[in-house]
Amino acid sequence: MVNAIWLFMLVIGIVVAAINGRIDVVTESAMKAAELGVETAFGLIGVMSLWLGLMRLAEEAGFIRGLARFFSPLIRRLFPTLRPDSPALGAIIMNLSANILGLGNAATPFGLKAMQELQKENPNPDEASTAMITFLALNTSCITLIPATIIAVRLKAGSVNPTEIIGTTIFATSIAMTVAVTADYIMRRRARS
Amino acid sequence: MSIIAEVSRWAIPFLLLIIPLAAFIRKVPVYESFVTGAEEGFKIAIKILPFLIGMLVSIRIFVDSGALEILAGLLEPIFIFFGVDTELTSIIPLAIMRPLSGAGALGVATQLIDQYGPDSFVGRLASTLQGSTDTTFFVLTVYFGSVGIKRYRYALKLGLLADITGLIASLWIVHYVFY
Repeated sequence: MVNAIWLFMLVIGIVVAAINGRIDVVTESAMKAAELGVETAFGLIGVMSLWLGLMRLAEEAGFIRGLARFFSPLIRRLFPTLRPDSPALGAIIMNLSANILGLGNAATPFGLKAMQELQKENPNPDEASTAMITFLALNTSCITLIPATIIAVRLKAGSVNPTEIIGTTIFATSIAMTVAVTADYIMRRRARS
Repeated sequence: MSIIAEVSRWAIPFLLLIIPLAAFIRKVPVYESFVTGAEEGFKIAIKILPFLIGMLVSIRIFVDSGALEILAGLLEPIFIFFGVDTELTSIIPLAIMRPLSGAGALGVATQLIDQYGPDSFVGRLASTLQGSTDTTFFVLTVYFGSVGIKRYRYALKLGLLADITGLIASLWIVHYVFY
């Protein structure tokens, strides 16, 4: 499905540009996007190293294990395939906490770290494990308490009450998260049988 | 609200203080451990590079060529069929963009907010939508790519289901709260 979507965007994009007589746009966009990819990845190196260094400290101080134990009743339900002492759990919790607080810069390193730990316990390394899918469902539908960027945009656009969308945002994302977790549970059971 | 904002503001300094301090008390060689952990940052960032480039190129061509607008136009009747007001169809490009690209979606949302006003229905809806769903498709490809997963199984279906739910919930709640 990813292959199909990727190819679809590429082919349709080029065809539309050709029809519109703007084929130069394709070249320019492709080059710019490739450059942006490098910028993004390299831009991540600093924060990534910082957070992974801190996480290592938290691990060795026993913090992460403590966190995992604290959330274990919830986590055991969401991730039945993981061992209760799995090192992935700490990274998952840190990722979700960073997401909730709107610390996007911190969330990505923890998330990628979580994926690495989950991959170590994945019986079939080519294929997404059920725990990974649950994690990504939580990660992408996770609540953000303060959508800071969009509040800034609203403020700049002269909103009378830039923060009035916090409530609606939390509501909408809670519904999305509930549906994601429920659907994940159903799909997981269906996939197993 | 201000409490939550304060928590966000203090979270990182707090973690930067408390983690090394606690580790030191537990007799962890703090600096050496930090460096060992930090080493991995470079490796992971390099590992996601090809996935980032692959996705960004395809998405960017799709958007810049005008194909996104055409797709949005094609989807309009479906939205109207489900009872979405005609003026609200201006939200469709954002709805398509949101799962694909964070920066792209923010651009579209900003443009909508500027064009319709932040306190209009479209402005509020765009704001809510921007905050309540994530760049699902993008996150999936990069996260799975970083560990070499080739088959996603039901992950994409699940993520997009959550996004559509977020869209419907945003539409409903903005209508309910403000109108």
